[in-house]
Amino acid sequence: MNTRIYVLKFPKEVIDQPIISNLVKKYDLEFNILKATILLQQEGVMVLEFLGHKANVKKGIAYLNEMGVSVKSMAGNIHRDDEKCYQCGACTGVCPTGALSLHRPDMAVLFDEEKCTACGLCVSVCPARAMEVSLNGSVAELAA
Amino acid sequence: MGEFKVQKTYEEINAKIKAGQAVVVTAEEMVGIVKKHGPVDAARKVDVVTTGTFSPMCSSGAFINFGHSNPTIKALKVWMNNVPAYAGIAAVDVYIGATEPTEDDPLNKVFPGEFLYGGGHVLEDLVAGKKVLLKAVGYGTDCYPNKNVEKEVTLADLPYALLVNPRNCYQNYNCAINLSDRTVYCYMGTLKPQVRNATYCSAGELSPLLNDPYYKTIGLGTRIFLGGGIGYVTWQGSQHNPKALRSENGTTRRAAGTLMVQGDLKQMSSRWLKGVSMQGYGSSLAVGIGIPIPILNEEMAAYTGVSDAEIFTQIVDYSYDYSHGVARNYGEVSYAQLKSGQIEVNGKMVPTAPLSSVVRAREIAETLKGWITSGKFLLEKPIQTLPSE
Repeated sequence: MNTRIYVLKFPKEVIDQPIISNLVKKYDLEFNILKATILLQQEGVMVLEFLGHKANVKKGIAYLNEMGVSVKSMAGNIHRDDEKCYQCGACTGVCPTGALSLHRPDMAVLFDEEKCTACGLCVSVCPARAMEVSLNGSVAELAA
Repeated sequence: MGEFKVQKTYEEINAKIKAGQAVVVTAEEMVGIVKKHGPVDAARKVDVVTTGTFSPMCSSGAFINFGHSNPTIKALKVWMNNVPAYAGIAAVDVYIGATEPTEDDPLNKVFPGEFLYGGGHVLEDLVAGKKVLLKAVGYGTDCYPNKNVEKEVTLADLPYALLVNPRNCYQNYNCAINLSDRTVYCYMGTLKPQVRNATYCSAGELSPLLNDPYYKTIGLGTRIFLGGGIGYVTWQGSQHNPKALRSENGTTRRAAGTLMVQGDLKQMSSRWLKGVSMQGYGSSLAVGIGIPIPILNEEMAAYTGVSDAEIFTQIVDYSYDYSHGVARNYGEVSYAQLKSGQIEVNGKMVPTAPLSSVVRAREIAETLKGWITSGKFLLEKPIQTLPSE
């Protein structure tokens, strides 16, 4: 099984179509909808975590692209500034997915972008303000 | 003083350092050495143990002289990047403190406040070589007629800049929990309601004062790694409390000793002085400190051999007890347990998160080890010891 988080952008022409339900019916994919918004210009933005076999995820994404929906891996939208981060580990106490974790026994703070859902909890907890999540509070940026 | 099997003096250790023959290890490495060889043999083998800590340390700041302008000013109020600095010292001398918020900061008006910039950040910007906008207003005197000065300064422009931290390097600290039903935002970070997480802030076995629990070698005049440069211990810190509860190995089980430290800001770097923002609390400064401990005898070897499993702290509620002076705890835990990622509180497993960087603490101990083995950093015998038990 494969778990990955994607950002989907729906052009306004397709926002009334049952695209997500087709992912279940046709491609046997499970998913968690982490965020869903319709912007001013009627484009839709959705953050989706896919669970399913790699081949099915691939087919599902091909279907989305065919429908005009752009699909990008979430990872690109989260960034840790390694100059600012001094590896204290405060973020590991609030990260709900384990994307930020401590490596034992050396206590290095690891960041696995693939596990990050861009919830943004780490941003304000980080004493050095080293985490930048472009999705949080600014969905419009993603649609740009 | 015939009580020890191994006896070395500062002079002997310094002679070995100068000759490039001193054996220097970090406090982490010393744990294994003492365990394997025992304190007497460890004291024969090892001359110096280096320690390190890197975490937010309030009670930090700098004395700055910003130089005379023409015409001259006697500053009444001074701001650096819009952060107020205390000017009631002399004409152009100020003290800028780490927790001072920006003049127009919204503070906690919308709770919890972000505190994105403050005195700690001004210090970081200075050591990073960035330009800082300095504004001063005066009331005008015959000798200092100017009433307004505004100029951009860099650390290199300043005639004098001395980091002076009245309380750093806490010997141990509380593990924080929140027993209430609402989230607590405090200097110990974000604490979830109903004890769903715990935070702690110590370098444990790498921490300076936990390796010299009775301050036998750390005192006035001790030369140290401070913010990437060389600094000195100049007094005990404020709130220094040597009478705190101790374990048999001498380490304190509560917040106890503290250090006042100072050093030339111009030697320091932004890698080791970092402005921090504690949500809902305020800004502060993360400070890197490393202290060398001379292994004068087997007693010092035993002290420096202490491991995370043998150092304990108390679990304190920050929703009510801490803020209302209730001397109560919810058990004691070792740093080995804290670093494992979970502890037991009231029969429930609770995830832990640190605020003190072990990675950076280790890097400081290694850096100091490098300075000493290369012969460029000698140990200084304290001219006066700190108040002990």
